[in-house]
Amino acid sequence: MARVSPADVVNVPPPVEPGGDGRSGGGAARRAGITGIVVACASIVMLFAALTSAMIVRRGLGGDWQSLGVPGILWLNTAVLLASSVMIERARRALRLGRRESFNYLWLAGTALGLLFLAGQYASWRQLAAAGIYLATNPSSSFFYLFTVAHALHLGGGLLALLYIAVCAWRLRLGPGRRTAVDVAALYWHFMDGLWIYLLLLFRFWG
Amino acid sequence: MSSPVTHHAVHAAPKGFLRRYIFSTDHKVIGKQYYLLALFSVFVGMLLSVLMRYHMIYPDAKVSWFEKLWPTGAAGGIMTPELYLSLMTMHGTIMVFFVLTTAPQSGFGNYFLPLQIGAEDMAFPVINMLSFWTTFAALVVLLAAFFVPGGAPLSGWTAYPPLSAVGEIAGPGQGTGQTLWILSIALFCAASLMGAINFIATTIDLRAKGMTLMRMPLTCWAWFVTAILSLLGFAVLLAAGILLLLDRTAGTSFFLPAGLVVNDQILNHKGGSPLLWQHLFWFFGHPEVYIAILPGMGLTSTVLSVFARKPIFGYRAMVYAILAIGFLGFLVWGHHMFVSGMNPYTGIAFSVLTMAIGVPSAIKTFNWIGTLWGARIRFTTPMLFALGFVSLFVTGGISGIFLGQPALDLYLHDTYFVVGHFHMIMGVAAIFGIFAGTYYWFPKMYGRMMNETLGKIHFYLTFIGVYAIFTPMHFVGVAGNPRRYPNFKEFEFLGELLPVHTFMTHAAFFTAAAQLIFLFNFFWSMKKGAKAPVNPWEATTLEWTVPSPPPHDNFGGRLPEVYRGAYEYSVPGAEKDYLMQNEPAVAVKE
Repeated sequence: MARVSPADVVNVPPPVEPGGDGRSGGGAARRAGITGIVVACASIVMLFAALTSAMIVRRGLGGDWQSLGVPGILWLNTAVLLASSVMIERARRALRLGRRESFNYLWLAGTALGLLFLAGQYASWRQLAAAGIYLATNPSSSFFYLFTVAHALHLGGGLLALLYIAVCAWRLRLGPGRRTAVDVAALYWHFMDGLWIYLLLLFRFWG
Repeated sequence: MSSPVTHHAVHAAPKGFLRRYIFSTDHKVIGKQYYLLALFSVFVGMLLSVLMRYHMIYPDAKVSWFEKLWPTGAAGGIMTPELYLSLMTMHGTIMVFFVLTTAPQSGFGNYFLPLQIGAEDMAFPVINMLSFWTTFAALVVLLAAFFVPGGAPLSGWTAYPPLSAVGEIAGPGQGTGQTLWILSIALFCAASLMGAINFIATTIDLRAKGMTLMRMPLTCWAWFVTAILSLLGFAVLLAAGILLLLDRTAGTSFFLPAGLVVNDQILNHKGGSPLLWQHLFWFFGHPEVYIAILPGMGLTSTVLSVFARKPIFGYRAMVYAILAIGFLGFLVWGHHMFVSGMNPYTGIAFSVLTMAIGVPSAIKTFNWIGTLWGARIRFTTPMLFALGFVSLFVTGGISGIFLGQPALDLYLHDTYFVVGHFHMIMGVAAIFGIFAGTYYWFPKMYGRMMNETLGKIHFYLTFIGVYAIFTPMHFVGVAGNPRRYPNFKEFEFLGELLPVHTFMTHAAFFTAAAQLIFLFNFFWSMKKGAKAPVNPWEATTLEWTVPSPPPHDNFGGRLPEVYRGAYEYSVPGAEKDYLMQNEPAVAVKE
C-alpha cells in the first residue's frame, strides 16, 4: 500500500458502511445459527407446500375422495405438543434469566411431552390400522399417513436435538457456546408445532 | 489492513490423513472433493453420450464388448432401444445433477465463497462435510443402477409416470433400477438442502468488516441466489420423489390413473394424475437450470472484468438481474408443459413470463459487452472460456425464446430443437463457465499454473467442436426429427437427416477427445505446473490476498477489512491498474 501525504488526497472513498458482522466472539456463530434454522424451516415449508398442492390436485380429481376427517386422538396429541412448546419456551426464558435449575426441569418436561406426542401419533396410526385404514386404502388416507409420518420424522429430528440439550443441561455442560443451540432447537420446535396446527386444520377442513 | 480480532472458534488444522483429506470440514477440501466428483461424473456422462451418438448413426452395429457389459440390453452385441434409452436417462441424470449442480455451486462456491467474503470457513463446516458425503452416496446409489437386474432406468432424467411409477412390469430398468434412481435423487436433494443452508447463512452472517452486500463480487451474489433456488426447489423435488416411491412400493395412486394396462396386465391403481408429477417436477426443474447457469454468469462477470482490466459494467444492474432471474425462474415451469393439454390462457401466462426472463438475461449480456468495450483484453485461457460463455449463452438462450412461444413449441416440443437448445445452454455454456473457473482458480487451489498453450488448444478445439455438435440439432429439429428415438433408420423422413447426424457424431467424438487435453493439463499441472504467485491474474477479490493454496484458516488468523467493491480496475490516477478490495483509502491524483 502506498503512503501518501494529505496534499495528494483529492478523492477519498466514502466511509466504510457497517459490513457483515465485524463483531468478535460468538456473535457471528450465533446469528449464523439462527439464520440457518430459519432457512431450513423455509425449505421444510416448501416440502409441505408441495405435498399440500398434491393433495389439493388429487382431491379435485375423479370424485372418489372419501373424507377421513380428524381421528379423535389427534386433538389430544395437539394439546400435548402445544404444552411441550410452552415448556420449551419457558425453559428458554429461564435460561436467559440465568435460572439454570428451572431450565433443566422445564426443558426436560418439554422433551418428555414431545416424546409423548410421538407416542400419540403412533397410537393414531395403530387406531386407523385397526379400523382397516392403511396407506393405500383411499386417497385421503394416503395423504393422512404421508403428512403425519413426514411431520413425525421432522419432529423426531427436533426431538433428538432437545434430548441432546437435555443431557448436556443435566450434566451441567450448557456453556455460553451452547446457548445458541438452545435457541435454535426451540425455534425449530415451535416451527414444528406451528406446522402441526396447519396440518390439523388441513385435515379438518379439506381431509 | 486487517482486523486483529478473529472470528468465532479458531479451528486448528486437523491432523491425520482421514481428517485432512477424507472427512474434512475445511471448505477448501470439500470444494475440491465436489469438483473431483463432478470431474469423474462428467467423463462418465460423456462416455454415455458418445455411446448414444455412435448408436444413432450405427444402430445395427455389432460391438462385442456391448454384449459383455450388457448381456440382455445388447444381446448379440447390438444395442437394444431399451439400453439406448437407459444410457440416455443416466446421461441426463448424471450431467444435470452430478456435474452442473455440483461443480459450479458446491465445487467453486464452497471453495471460494468464504475466501471472497473474508470468512474463515462456511457457517456450518460439519454439515458441509455431510453434504458432500451424502452427494457421494447419491452418486454411488445412482451408478449401482447399472449393475442391478434389469439395469438402469429408461424413463429419462424427467422420470415421467406412468412409466416411472408402474414398476418392473414396464420392462427393463423400471424395477430396481428406477427405485435406485429415486433414492439417489432423494439423497441428492437432502445434500443440496444442507449445502443451500450453509451458503445462505455464510453469505448473510459471515462477511468481513466492510464487506457490504453491494461490495460482494458477483460470484458471491450468484452463489447466494443459486442457494435460495436450491433451497426452495429441491424440497419440491424431494416431495415428488417420495410420492413416486410410494406409488411404486406402497400401492398408493398419486400419479397413476385408473384403467392402466401395462404389458397385458391390468393395474390396480386409480385416481392419480401423471400431470401432477410434471407440475411438481418442473416446478423444481426450471429453477434447477438456473442453478446450473447462475454461478457461471457470476464467474463470467468477474473473469471478463479481470482480463479486460475494467470494472464490470453496471454492477448494480447485474445484481438486480441475478435476483430477477432467480425470482422469475420460479414462475415459468409451465413452459416445459405447453403440449400437456393446459388451458391456452395458462400457456400465454407462462409464455409471457418466460420471455420476461429474457430481459434480465439480456441486461447481463449487454453489460458483459459493455465491460469489454474499449478494453485492452488479456486473452488468457480463462478469459477465452468466459468469452465463449457469453457467445454460447446468447446462442443457447435465444433458441429458448423460440421454445417459449406455445404456438412454436407445439411443433418443436420433443424434437431435436429442444435437445440443441438445452445442450447449448447447459451442456456447453455452463460447462464453459466451469472451465473458465477451473483455469482461473486452479493457481489458487493447487498453487501451480495450468499450461497456457494446452489451455488455448483445449479452448479452440472445444469451442469449434460444441458448435459443430449442437448447431445442426436445431436444423434437424425444425425438420421434424423427434428426440429420444433410438433408431432413425426405421423412418423414411428421417433418412435424409442421417448425414447430419453422422456429422454431429463425428464432431462429438472429436470434442470428447479434445477433453483429454484438459484432463492431462489438469493433473499434470497439479504436480509439474509453474509455481503460482499469490495473485497471478492481478485480480482484486480477497482470495487473491492469501497464499496459493491458502492456509487452513484462510487468512492466517487475521481477517481482512474491506474498503471497496470488487471491480476496481483502471482506477484513474492509481499507481497500479487495480485496487484490492482490502486496500484502504487511496490517494487519487487528478
